[in-house]
Amino acid sequence: MNEIIESVKNLSIGFNSQKGKQISILRNVSTNIKKGETVGIVGESGSGKSTLALAMMGYIKQGLFPLKGECLFKSEDLLKMSSRQLEKIRGRKIAMIPQNAGQALTPNLKIGYQIDEALKLHTDLNKRERDKKISELLNKVRLPSPETMAFRYPHELSGGQQQRVAVAMALAGKPDLLLLDEPTTGLDVTTQAHVLELLRFIAKDTGTSMIYVSHDLGAIAQVSDRIVVMYAGEIVLEGPARKILKEPIHPYTYGLLKSIPKLSLSGLPASMPGSQPQPGSINEGCSFYDRCNLATDNCKKNSPDLEHIKELDTNVRCFNYKELINQNNNLQTSITKKSNNGEGNEILKLKDVSISYAKQKFFDQLLNKISDQNPTVKDINIDIKKGETIALVGESGSGKSTILKSIAGLLKTKDGQIKFENDRILSSNLKMRNPNDLRAIQLIFQNPDESLNPNHTVEQILSQPLKLYFNLSGEELKKNIIDLLKKVRLGEFYMSRYPRQLSGGEKQRVAVARAFAAKPDIILCDEVTSALDVSVQAAVLNLLQQLKEDLGTTYVFVSHDLAVVRAISDRVAVLYQGRLCEIGPSQNVYKFPSHPYTEVLLGAVLEPDPDIKPKLVAEDIVEEKPPEKGCSFQGRCPRKIGDICNSEVPPWQIGENGNAIRCHINIEELASLQQ
Amino acid sequence: MLLLILKRIGLGLITLFIVSLITFVGVEVLPGDACTTYLEREAYGAALDACIKRLGLDVPAYERYLDWASNVVRGDFGYSLSGEMPINEVLGPRVKNSLVLASVSILIGIPLAIVLGIITALWRDKLPDIMISTITIFSMTIPEFISATLLILIVAIWLGWLPGIVIIPSDATFYELLSNIILPVVAISMIMTAHMARMVRSSVIQVMASDYVQMAILKGVPYWKMVFRHVLPNALLPAINVVALTIAWLLGGVVVTEVVFNYPGLGRLVIESISNRDLPVVQALAIILASIYVGINLIADLMTLMLNPRLKSLQIRK
Amino acid sequence: MESNLIIKDKQKNKLEKAFEILKTMASKPSGLIGLTIVLFHVVLALISPYIAPYDYKAISPNTMLLAPSAEHWFGTDSLGRDVFTRTILGGRTALTVTFFGSLIALLWGGLLGIFCGLVGGKIDDVVMRVVDAFLSIPWILAMLLIVSLLGTSTEVLIPALGFFYGKGIVRVARAATHDVIAKDFIVSARARGHSNMSIIWNEIIPNVRDAILVEGAMRWSWMLLGFSSLSFLGFGVSPPTPDWGLMISNARGLMSFAYWSVIAPIVGLSSLIIGINLTADAFAKALGIDRSTKAPV
Repeated sequence: MNEIIESVKNLSIGFNSQKGKQISILRNVSTNIKKGETVGIVGESGSGKSTLALAMMGYIKQGLFPLKGECLFKSEDLLKMSSRQLEKIRGRKIAMIPQNAGQALTPNLKIGYQIDEALKLHTDLNKRERDKKISELLNKVRLPSPETMAFRYPHELSGGQQQRVAVAMALAGKPDLLLLDEPTTGLDVTTQAHVLELLRFIAKDTGTSMIYVSHDLGAIAQVSDRIVVMYAGEIVLEGPARKILKEPIHPYTYGLLKSIPKLSLSGLPASMPGSQPQPGSINEGCSFYDRCNLATDNCKKNSPDLEHIKELDTNVRCFNYKELINQNNNLQTSITKKSNNGEGNEILKLKDVSISYAKQKFFDQLLNKISDQNPTVKDINIDIKKGETIALVGESGSGKSTILKSIAGLLKTKDGQIKFENDRILSSNLKMRNPNDLRAIQLIFQNPDESLNPNHTVEQILSQPLKLYFNLSGEELKKNIIDLLKKVRLGEFYMSRYPRQLSGGEKQRVAVARAFAAKPDIILCDEVTSALDVSVQAAVLNLLQQLKEDLGTTYVFVSHDLAVVRAISDRVAVLYQGRLCEIGPSQNVYKFPSHPYTEVLLGAVLEPDPDIKPKLVAEDIVEEKPPEKGCSFQGRCPRKIGDICNSEVPPWQIGENGNAIRCHINIEELASLQQ
Repeated sequence: MLLLILKRIGLGLITLFIVSLITFVGVEVLPGDACTTYLEREAYGAALDACIKRLGLDVPAYERYLDWASNVVRGDFGYSLSGEMPINEVLGPRVKNSLVLASVSILIGIPLAIVLGIITALWRDKLPDIMISTITIFSMTIPEFISATLLILIVAIWLGWLPGIVIIPSDATFYELLSNIILPVVAISMIMTAHMARMVRSSVIQVMASDYVQMAILKGVPYWKMVFRHVLPNALLPAINVVALTIAWLLGGVVVTEVVFNYPGLGRLVIESISNRDLPVVQALAIILASIYVGINLIADLMTLMLNPRLKSLQIRK
Repeated sequence: MESNLIIKDKQKNKLEKAFEILKTMASKPSGLIGLTIVLFHVVLALISPYIAPYDYKAISPNTMLLAPSAEHWFGTDSLGRDVFTRTILGGRTALTVTFFGSLIALLWGGLLGIFCGLVGGKIDDVVMRVVDAFLSIPWILAMLLIVSLLGTSTEVLIPALGFFYGKGIVRVARAATHDVIAKDFIVSARARGHSNMSIIWNEIIPNVRDAILVEGAMRWSWMLLGFSSLSFLGFGVSPPTPDWGLMISNARGLMSFAYWSVIAPIVGLSSLIIGINLTADAFAKALGIDRSTKAPV
């Protein structure tokens, strides 16, 4: 158990900047991987975690080069090996499971061929044995019908299936060490939980050591024995998983854990100020200095070493770590928010809304009607009260963003009405809406890289709604822009910056400012935090909440992340395949009884706590279309009771907690089943 | 799949139809008609009347178009003005000669371009790439008539190795042709190869940077096996269409090259018929050259359809 | 007063940006060489009428086919005209015709392309089909036809070249517009209720401009190639206007004993085309666009 498989010693990796300066993105990293152990490497984007993982396979990305140090695999330095020698080790001794299997599988080669290739390279089996082995492997990763699977092309599989194929491929060479680079990022919540479960099973089954790289402490918590925390190219904390997650003694890890929204907490997570420094920008002192609330003058001038603390079996890079020992009780707290319990008037009503993506047939086009019997989104009834935050939650394909777009007038509804203020019907055609209605409803998008015009300065971006709606110009315009920037906590000097000169969090703040520039009544938020790092996400969530409390804005908040929704929303609507499953005040939706789909979703959430394991109750199959009859969740429901689910649309039932559930099972029965 | 192929063929035919309209209308709207243009200062009296009669210019334009188009569909391009002989007879040997020249150039050019493109991509920014890329920039930018002229000056005049001008009748046999076309082929394929090599290079570089190539490396696939199984099929597939467009565009270069070497092909016929203001021949040439263009692009489309696994699986599902 | 200041600020910003791009272009040897060559040719074209030592059309039987000497640096041609004079003046014609031609190509190609990208659907299909059809007539045939029927004056050549080399720009502009239109910032502007014109002007044009300009730079070098081919075939500008293609064509037959009269225009033309090409390449790289994947159509 204590045999060391791979050890990294004082590794630094960097690149040459355009000005000819050497900039390191990994600095003095040392760590050991023991046999049979799973090590989680966690860090935000740009922390150097992927570079470290790839270096552990002797692979350095183009443009980068090792500055010093070594990667010893069984006491041989991978970084000094010839490519011939590396070919013998890669796939056979160390195998990789990539982040995005959809792009990591060669598109022109069949699944079977790609696994066979690994077998041919790394085993002595003959053709017959290899064929047998391929279906064995496909079986092991729990892919359906392994016989035909081998003859399919990567693009014919779903994301989860592709990821399983990548796992099978990695297992083909019976490696001693498996490297996993964000293997579940980009998958749906339930699929993610299934893939993680599979990985845990494989680790136990084969006794392989694993290095699990991820930004997601929730996923890391589920699989790791030991955790390495990276920040700005350095290891800042390293130790047993339980210790790191429950008693973090580095201020960054502490802050990171606090900034993750948790299902058990209803308030907003505490946020960390600032963002990770760019590579090459740290000259002296601790790299976490300007975001740290324990920082002293010493931290500014001297950079701390990685110190081993025997009694905790932990390495930490901090001068003041002692202040954090026994502070763990504070981890389970959150900022309480003023919640809106539905006192206000209804401001927006969705009545029987259906939306179809089907192309109009020729005759229908002539008659100007849509005849799709099975539209993407159907029968949506939601009343939104002034000042509340209502969240639409669901996996990809649930129609949550589609509904948002039709509220904004970007998508035509097939049936139903959208009513705004005093039951006035809003046209589903953008061009027919009056300017004041357009002003009243604003959108914030998922990815600020796409939603901000790269050719405009922040000033130009913010002046657009101000000019359009309020006809401002000159001094007044400028004053308003500065005010807006102040509202989202950005300084005046940001006015002349271009989006590419801002960090992800700053860009999203500008997007928020642009939405608020219109002085809107309703803001539609489309996955606004999912492109951001966790510590930045918390800051944006807090900002949104603050603005809402100050200005009384109503939010319609779309997200796939149940913990984020728990933190920000007053009310939650759960969607599956474009149909509502459950709707109610958020503290109640997160309690039982729940709709079976909500139950599945809640069970699959990964919490940054090794003691809370996900519950897998339903298969993670992908359905391409909603069913034509009956309950939308019939295909995957773990509590399906029979034909009635296939033939009849379930009725709404209201529980004593106040949440409405659409299910054929009696709500009290559901409650007792779920206890 | 079959439907897709038929659709592509249909689109090609539509393109040809529009081309025929453009050339016909183009000739109509330009000042003067075929007869006045051809006869120039003698365009009066009996000569003009005879010409108008012969070309049927006395009937309305749309009737003439229909008449002409239906004949073209049957493969009959009518009569040339200058030689007063069927255009088909004028065209026949010329088409053959040009085809020989173009296909030899393509047969040499494409494989060479692929090899050069791969070499430059795999040794990116190293000596082989820098050398080959510099040469391709030169041969890509220098017009055919300059490279042809220089070739004649150096190889034929100063060194005296090969004949500088092609002196063969337009109905020469295939073997007579071959010995004469070395220099023209070099002149044409230089620019074409350079263009295609650059495209192959950037396509290979793109694929080399993809996640699946990194994955193949990390799987322990030996370098050359990775190049042949994982890189090339994916890199060359999108290049097919672009290569087709290049070939079609470079047909223009064939015209110039044929003139420089005095080669009896379509290209020289283009110049001759335009100098003689022989509009019926020009129209015929436009249709023929456009068909070649459409044909090459159609072949490229079909090849992409056959080789792309994404489209292949479309066929299985349907 | 205040808004005046803002405008000034913006102009400065634009100038700075242009300077920045130039600096990036010149930072690589190939870009620097390209820029230098183009600059040299442009300057030469501007000053050549004042520094030309002889009259470009002065025919003299006494000075026929003289080899290069101190008096005639590049020798003389078959009509006794000074090759040096005609070579430095030849660049003027080539640059003027192709520069204005490219401008026309950029204008109509860019506008039509953006229009097609915007409207999409059936109109887009039809327009692109027609553009494709124009594309399938070899440019040289079409150009020759136009020139032979309308004459070889620059008033005909410039728009004709501009028309034929604009087709490719249509495709590029259309593709770029398609890409931009799907972006969230356009969706955002639409949802805010900006007018179509304002979206085109503020959001789309700034984001497709780079791609179109690069394409235009590329077209310029190809147009020069096409134009000189036309002159070479005798369908370009009419004699005795000094023109490189024409000079090469005239001197070609005599090159076995008077190679100088063909070498000078060849060097002039080749260097200009290569220069423009290198510059276009460096320009594309400075703007972050890979132009080598595009077909020269």
